[in-house]
Amino acid sequence: MTVNTDGPSAQQIAQAVAGGKLSAIDATEAALARIAKCDSVLNSFTDITADRARAKARAVDAAIAAGQKVGPLAGVPFAVKNLFDVKGLATRAGSKINRDLAPSPRDATLIERMEAAGAVLVGALNMGEYAYDFTGENVHDGPSRNPHDPTRMTGGSSGGSGSAVGSALVPIALGSDTNGSIRVPSSFCGVFGLKPTYGRLSRARSFPFVASLDHLGPLARNVGDLALAYDAMQGPDADDAACTTRPVEPVAPLLAKGVDGLRVAVAGGYFQKNVFPEAVEAVARIAKALNATRTVEIPEAARARAAAYVITTTEGASLHLDRLRRRPNDFDPAVRDRLIAGAMVPAPLVDRAQKFRRWYRARVLELFQSVDVIIAPATPCIAPKLGQVTFTLDGVELPVRANIGIHTQPISFIGLPVVAVPVPLEPMPIGVQIIAAPWREDIALRVAHALERMGAAAAPAPRGL
Amino acid sequence: MKVAEKSTDPLDNYIDAVAKALALPVDDAWRPAVRANLEVSLRLARLVDEFPLPDETEPASVYTA
Repeated sequence: MTVNTDGPSAQQIAQAVAGGKLSAIDATEAALARIAKCDSVLNSFTDITADRARAKARAVDAAIAAGQKVGPLAGVPFAVKNLFDVKGLATRAGSKINRDLAPSPRDATLIERMEAAGAVLVGALNMGEYAYDFTGENVHDGPSRNPHDPTRMTGGSSGGSGSAVGSALVPIALGSDTNGSIRVPSSFCGVFGLKPTYGRLSRARSFPFVASLDHLGPLARNVGDLALAYDAMQGPDADDAACTTRPVEPVAPLLAKGVDGLRVAVAGGYFQKNVFPEAVEAVARIAKALNATRTVEIPEAARARAAAYVITTTEGASLHLDRLRRRPNDFDPAVRDRLIAGAMVPAPLVDRAQKFRRWYRARVLELFQSVDVIIAPATPCIAPKLGQVTFTLDGVELPVRANIGIHTQPISFIGLPVVAVPVPLEPMPIGVQIIAAPWREDIALRVAHALERMGAAAAPAPRGL
Repeated sequence: MKVAEKSTDPLDNYIDAVAKALALPVDDAWRPAVRANLEVSLRLARLVDEFPLPDETEPASVYTA
């Protein structure tokens, strides 16, 4: 599989723009041209903000011409999952219903921070309805398509984000991850994705799903770009009640520190069950590259996944209760029926799930006293075919939707930082989770960077276009 | 709702009662899918429910005073 040959990286663009070798407007026009050429196949974009992008790019070029200092993302095109507020657009969050909302008066915090660093927003991206999805399919907008094989799923719910980065339409996209929605499309589309610690990045002015589990984060084609975007977006924000007040902790300068001295283990038990050979191979390759011979058992992971499921379906139902009453026929029926069922789960069971979460967090944090990094599959399989309902594993037929996120849910359940790294297997890539202790994104990113340098992890060039 | 009126199944009756209490529409055409989803949710919730926890365990929902 060819690797990393399509499209300049964000770092290359920013350096060229800051150095006067490339104008921001030319970088922006190139991205808009790639989108115009390829997105009829991929269906990754739902909105293209060309006028806004050109105005921003010209402003960056004018600042450079005036001798002003520009940010570390100067002229870098990026796009956001369409649950981020974009000034002037209704925040559809993958739904039909939200298209009736008034245009957003202000950008999401993370868009403001990316643009303050010089990046140029070129559009909003397709996603599963209201983020309650692992497939990237959308009944209203059509499915986003996999850049390595358009007959396959992107994964969801940040499907357009995975597709747009996997196809190198943009070097960076932003997504959201409640139970795996950054890590699953990263795995299926063969890109790097960062789900930071819960509370690390502001969610202000993004459409929510499950308040106690929602995270936002970047997807990119290399770890340097991922770190650059992450650093630009860090910082407290009073507009998000869950956002940390910790100071900014830049990771980009730390990437080259390598992995010497880090204690790496492979997740055993639950994380080695219900996996296809591709996922086993990908984890083995990453473990070998890191000389990880130890296995650790994350305790009660199946129960953690169950508790995450219960909290998700009930908090999601609470969020959408009024829409379910007023406009049930305007939902994706599969989402509606899950949400209605979620509204019927008795409250004590939800409370117990939140209490179990506290217990589980304490046990997993104990593990991090003896390891720094845990490796686990990001998905049990490579991207399934679009519309595929079941797959057969060890002779047992299993539902696709319900099983795609089984390895991501127990990790986001307690907000651990994870980098999903792509392993470029044939014929399709698949991701592996690099999991660290809370607030140690630096460690997960250092490991991902080392894997990239060793060639064990890489974003393959898109070949489905 | 007609299906439920004829049903003696406790879960169908429960779906009817909660739908009424919450003023949630459950069309006959959706009922099997709603029921199937609720069965999954309750099965997974049972997995959590049967795990013993100390009475003092604090829930992990987000709140900072």
